[in-house]
Amino acid sequence: MTALTEELKAGLDAPICLTWELTYACNLACVHCLSSSGRRDPNELSTEEAKAVIDEMRSLQVFYVNIGGGEPMIRPDFFELVEYATSNGVGVKFSTNGSRIDEERAKQLAGMDYLDIQISIDGATAQTNDRVRGEGSFDTAIAAMDHLQAANFGPFKISVVITRENVSQLDEFESLASKYGAELRLTRLRPAGRGADTWHELHPLHEQQVELYHWLLARPQVLTGDSFFHLNALGDENLPGLNLCGAGRVVCLIDPVGDVYACPFVLHDEFKAGNVRDTGGFSSVWKESELFTELREPQSAGACASCGQFDACQGGCMAAKFFTGMPLDGPDPECVSGHGSEALSNIGVEMRPTPTADHSKPTPVKLGATRV
Amino acid sequence: MSDTAALPSSFDPNDRWGLHPRVALRPEPFGALAYHYDNRRLNFVRSPALVALLKILADHESVSVAFDHSGVADARRPAFERALSALAASDFLQPLPELERNGSPG
Repeated sequence: MTALTEELKAGLDAPICLTWELTYACNLACVHCLSSSGRRDPNELSTEEAKAVIDEMRSLQVFYVNIGGGEPMIRPDFFELVEYATSNGVGVKFSTNGSRIDEERAKQLAGMDYLDIQISIDGATAQTNDRVRGEGSFDTAIAAMDHLQAANFGPFKISVVITRENVSQLDEFESLASKYGAELRLTRLRPAGRGADTWHELHPLHEQQVELYHWLLARPQVLTGDSFFHLNALGDENLPGLNLCGAGRVVCLIDPVGDVYACPFVLHDEFKAGNVRDTGGFSSVWKESELFTELREPQSAGACASCGQFDACQGGCMAAKFFTGMPLDGPDPECVSGHGSEALSNIGVEMRPTPTADHSKPTPVKLGATRV
Repeated sequence: MSDTAALPSSFDPNDRWGLHPRVALRPEPFGALAYHYDNRRLNFVRSPALVALLKILADHESVSVAFDHSGVADARRPAFERALSALAASDFLQPLPELERNGSPG
């Protein structure tokens, strides 16, 4: 373990990676949505409040913010906020399902500086993708990519959550990205939000994790948001990245109503540190909240202490453990040495935490179901 | 920009170097976080003494002279030079034209 990792565990003066979900509104209803998005929350930050958050980011020297949602482009002030951020030295990377990127908007986006776009797809074919993201969503995403390419946006990112059903398409994702001159970004499926219900069916199997680890090792240029560090226990070589859980230490999340959570995968009251509307704003939450202070203290390896691989995997992902009902100081449910699946089999559904915020539309969201 | 061609492209402590104008330093307990607004790369500057050196680099006729003024112990120079060389390779530092020797210009 490097000294840098140790320093980062003690927390930074401001986050490196700040995710900001602008709205809970979304035209899609993906079965693994981390924020259980669908309907706008009436209490979402106003344009002025959002600009005040950007002012804080500027003074904290948060160099860029990852904007998501819901579908962030649904907000009528989306372009206004992006322009406000970038003109204040806060670069924007935003994630979108592409539904709002037509020819005209693609041109507008291509004309902006310090802006990165991630188009989400979760399958390299419509069949695989649409089972998770809903019917027609693959074609919509591809149309957005075509518009960005035609507008000469430059290299955008194609962002994929790896599932049991799409892990066999890694090479196809790579070809798709290269066709568009795009960067490929693969991230881990978390059992958070609506994903809590579908994770058990969708998370990659052990053999698939092994395949993914070797595939990623051979392709250091593929972006992962450091989300697969639990796979490092599979071999002697670590995947590129910081190899630590950054929750409350180097990352955090601001949700559409201004609540600040430890990371984008733990939208639950237990991991809520405060709200940007509180006295002292985001800065105070980041610097002084009880939760973040606690997360920056040395964490116990718990049940993993006796495992020789702990330095490699760091016990995995806090959110994955929490939402599957596993102890936080024990193995990750996808522990590559199998300690997780063993523990998981002893945990009943009733032991999983109850969701505390759900903005899903009233229609039930099911894997592979036809949705409007 | 016409001077640029004459400037050295690889790092040599006998030349004058400075922080790229598009690089911002954010103070951190371990030193600073450096962000390059053009190539959007992030670098960890893991020593407050190195951060102090980076800030005065452009004020001196060479990196070596900047070292002399920085109070960095001789024993740490090789490690710091390696760090500077890495920062130069990722464009966080840029070569600068020679400094006017005698007092203020003109």
